[in-house]
Amino acid sequence: MVGHAIKYRQRIFAEPRVIAVNIEQQLGTFHLNVVFASAAKVIALFGRSGCGKTSVVNAIAGVSRPKRGRIQIGDTVVFDAEAGIFLPPEARRVGYVFQDGLLFPHMNVAQNLRYGQGRQDVGSSRAGVSLSKVVDVLGLNLLLARRPINLSGGERQRVAIGRALLANPQLLLLDEPLAALDNERKQDVMQYIERLRDEFAIPMVLVSHSHDEVTRLAQEMVLMVDGRVVETGIVDAMMSRLDLTPLSGRYEAGAVIRATIASHDDKYALTTLTFAGGTLRVPRINGAIGNPAHARVRARDVSVALSAPSDISINNILQGIVREISREPGPIVDLQIAVGEALLLARITRYSVDKLNLAPGTPVYLLLKAISLDKQSLAHR
Amino acid sequence: MLTPDETAAVLLSLKVAFWSVMISLPLGYAAAWMLARWHFPGKILVDAFIHLPLVLPPVVIGFMLLATFGLNGAVGGWLYDWFGITFAFRWTGAALASAIMGFPLMVRAIRLSLTNIDPRLEIAARTLGASPLRAFFTITLPLTLPGIIAGATLAFARSLGEFGATITFVSNIPGETQTLPLAIYNLTQMPGSDAAAWKLSLVAVLLSVLALALSEWLVTRSNTASASSRSRA
Repeated sequence: MVGHAIKYRQRIFAEPRVIAVNIEQQLGTFHLNVVFASAAKVIALFGRSGCGKTSVVNAIAGVSRPKRGRIQIGDTVVFDAEAGIFLPPEARRVGYVFQDGLLFPHMNVAQNLRYGQGRQDVGSSRAGVSLSKVVDVLGLNLLLARRPINLSGGERQRVAIGRALLANPQLLLLDEPLAALDNERKQDVMQYIERLRDEFAIPMVLVSHSHDEVTRLAQEMVLMVDGRVVETGIVDAMMSRLDLTPLSGRYEAGAVIRATIASHDDKYALTTLTFAGGTLRVPRINGAIGNPAHARVRARDVSVALSAPSDISINNILQGIVREISREPGPIVDLQIAVGEALLLARITRYSVDKLNLAPGTPVYLLLKAISLDKQSLAHR
Repeated sequence: MLTPDETAAVLLSLKVAFWSVMISLPLGYAAAWMLARWHFPGKILVDAFIHLPLVLPPVVIGFMLLATFGLNGAVGGWLYDWFGITFAFRWTGAALASAIMGFPLMVRAIRLSLTNIDPRLEIAARTLGASPLRAFFTITLPLTLPGIIAGATLAFARSLGEFGATITFVSNIPGETQTLPLAIYNLTQMPGSDAAAWKLSLVAVLLSVLALALSEWLVTRSNTASASSRSRA
């Protein structure tokens, strides 16, 4: 086990990566010991508040210096304790979007955006970053002459993102960029982050404790608990794993269905999605028919039945086969159920599991209220 | 209006005040930075030491200056031997005395403006490619400008009023060390000079009011030009 861990620590630097991190740091009484690597375009650092996510991002940006280890961004070693390498923040070409934006209060939006442009070089044209494009993608046109004090929270975050982009980074760090915003603004800024993910060739590390954000924005996630990395992997697969739900937060835990928009029903304001496991009726979303959409189905919103119930208000009844049942002493049990290609989670009582005689291999019907899929858990193109 | 001697006293006061502020500004900024940003054992002692001129009798400061920077003093003798610089009985000595007396006021004002800005703004600048020096000159310095102006004005005004330390350290020599307050003091010692004393006192009032008005104007201007950091902190 130990040998395996050491090999992993060495191996992560050998393969081509967006980012590889292997650091140890003591912060007061908190011990940070983090190893992960990823080649994904958007990597989520996921975990509850206080698990050390921001400390990792600070180490990547060069804002803090770990005691031991090594950090590699693309081909560049920015930190290596043994070799005595520590590039200062200004030499790392890492864009850092802080939780509260940290715009310069004495400059207007245009001046803020241009602050890092001194670093522009050949690399910028490769990533497709230019002032006019950034202003366009992030919708900053009408804000250019304003002072940060006259911006809303969401506008401030968009400017902060644009400012980081224009400094021509090889990696963009987003530290809970939506945490300080209300729900409306969150949706708004999330759309802008999706746009920049699709428009610019700059990989991102997204720090988040929100299942919805991670599902919507990231391809890979690094799950952190108490200063350690528990697991690194593809977001959808990680979200479907029974052993990880207690760690990532039980209340919000749930799996992802990647689907296609099949039809809109304007009379009842509903949209129908299709995927390999069936159809899903959800509150109306705006995407065009045929476009991809995803729904995050929380485990606690899923009920299970042995026969298809009729005369019931529930709109979504899917067929699946129980794959795995968590064994825990308390009243609550998580089921992993295969529905087409998707692996959904259902949270029910242990009493129900015994009453229905559920076991791996049991065919079941999954009941899912359409209204349990809200704006936050639905996304589309 | 003013006699040549009186004019000389007014001009000397302005010169002394100007240079005392100029010398102490960089040092005052450094001291304010140290008190605002650094944490080290014994900081409270350094803080108290910087504030001494505010609470000690000025005559004590003047006496200490005479003992150290006078020609027979440890530092004064050394400066004269090596660089030919003298403070004793020179206008430069008056400027030094003023600078020390105004130092705590200047440090307090700048320190306040430094603690009011988020040090992470500099970190943000660094991640955008700015060297520590560029981050300081483009972010921290402009944001602390109101504090610098306030501190400089306070020190300037304090210098215009400086009496005790100056007369003890560099004496009362017309044309060389006789600043406005010293000249007024002289007049009060001479019978029949009440009118002249009044005249110079009015000049002192006028100068102080002008200095305060100028700083008020500068602070407002730099605030509108740099949407105060305090409101965002």
